[in-house]
Amino acid sequence: MRYYSSFIHIIKKLQINYFLLIIFSLSFFSIVAQDTTLPKKPKSDTSVYDDAGLLSVSEKSYLEQKLINYADSTSTQIVVYTVTSLDGKNINLFAAEWAHKWGIGQADKDNGVLFLIAKDDRKMAIQVGYGLEHLLTDAMSRRIIEMVISPYFKQGDYYSGIDVGTTSMMEVLSGEYQNDETNKGSPLSFILFFILFIIVIIILSKANKNSGKGGRGYRSSGTGPIILGRGGSIGGFGSGGGSFGGGGFSGGFGGGGFGGGGASGGW
Amino acid sequence: MKKWLIPLLIIGAIAFSLYNWAVGFNNTAIDLKETATNKWGDVESAYQRRYDLIDNLVETTKGYAAHEKETLEGVIKARAEATQTKIDPTNLTPEKMAAFQQAQSGLAGALGKLMVVVERYPDLKADQHFKELMSQLEGTENRINVARNRFNEAVNPYNKHIKRFPNSLLAGWFGFDALEYFKSESGAEKGVKVDFGTDNK
Repeated sequence: MRYYSSFIHIIKKLQINYFLLIIFSLSFFSIVAQDTTLPKKPKSDTSVYDDAGLLSVSEKSYLEQKLINYADSTSTQIVVYTVTSLDGKNINLFAAEWAHKWGIGQADKDNGVLFLIAKDDRKMAIQVGYGLEHLLTDAMSRRIIEMVISPYFKQGDYYSGIDVGTTSMMEVLSGEYQNDETNKGSPLSFILFFILFIIVIIILSKANKNSGKGGRGYRSSGTGPIILGRGGSIGGFGSGGGSFGGGGFSGGFGGGGFGGGGASGGW
Repeated sequence: MKKWLIPLLIIGAIAFSLYNWAVGFNNTAIDLKETATNKWGDVESAYQRRYDLIDNLVETTKGYAAHEKETLEGVIKARAEATQTKIDPTNLTPEKMAAFQQAQSGLAGALGKLMVVVERYPDLKADQHFKELMSQLEGTENRINVARNRFNEAVNPYNKHIKRFPNSLLAGWFGFDALEYFKSESGAEKGVKVDFGTDNK
């Protein structure tokens, strides 16, 4: 009986703790909930975020790899983000503030592009970093939206629209920036890379163990295969500081600035 | 001997910490104000961009819609008025800010009218040059919004710094006044809505 009562006692204590925990987490969430103006910066800085679920897993990973490769050779970071709804926000302003906060592109070159697609609003915006405004001008961004992307989107072919759209952007930007970071390869970045590599391995082995359970906040169906998909590029790390294996852009978003240049359009 | 030494030390310590506080306050306030006034420069250059575009826009529109004289002149006049109300960034008084905002919303209103008139000229709307100008106008409106947001974001920490209690005592002393926020009004100052007619199709 004594054991029993002490057991009850512990349960009671636990319940109180649970209660506190719930209150605590609720208050925490209410703080977080107020800050919904911009999406939270993701843990991994990659090139394609498909929150609206417009792309299949293979489509997403293909586009992602394409844009990462482009960033590796030019240091210009093009990011595609799909959202379900804008909640009445001005898409241009929203995208500009967002891209600036995340710091897409390199800090010294301001060479980032955010291509935002709002599914339910049927609107899209191309926001261009300061360093690219003279090439990917407002008029040019608008032309890409109107002539290249919009026809595909009208048919519901988001993948092709994004694919040819980003290719057009690359053509417009061609030759402006080279990635001069690639050959630096300091020992520190190598160590960092090595640690990340091990982490990826651990994640991979865990993901294999309980496949079915998805990742954290990410679209669960996408997590596993994408990591595997990029496993192919891990083999290439000997070339020196190229891609970070599991983490999208090498070095992440570089802190590029956005001043609101670009265009928006519907479909 | 020792009797007066201890109070002296205490007074000295208090005086020193007060001095430190004042210097710290002053320098932080200067830094924050500097940031805000820099951002103000961006606001003005975004508006400058709009002025430059308007000249082009008026010229192009004239080619197709010359007899919309009244509207065109309205835009030119509003532009001239807005250009005149420049603010020295080191002297951002609330009155000047209000005058600036009013001049800009006058211009935005005139531009809005022009956009309505333009609707009646399909040839103009199809003109490639005009289309480019409209894209630029859209981008410029967005740049203006971005610059204004950033200015407000920079004003916020400065105002907080000088308005919070112990600091507020020093603020008056050193002559730091709160900066005015760029108010986003409804209607005209919301910016010029650029419609390419894609939604109507």
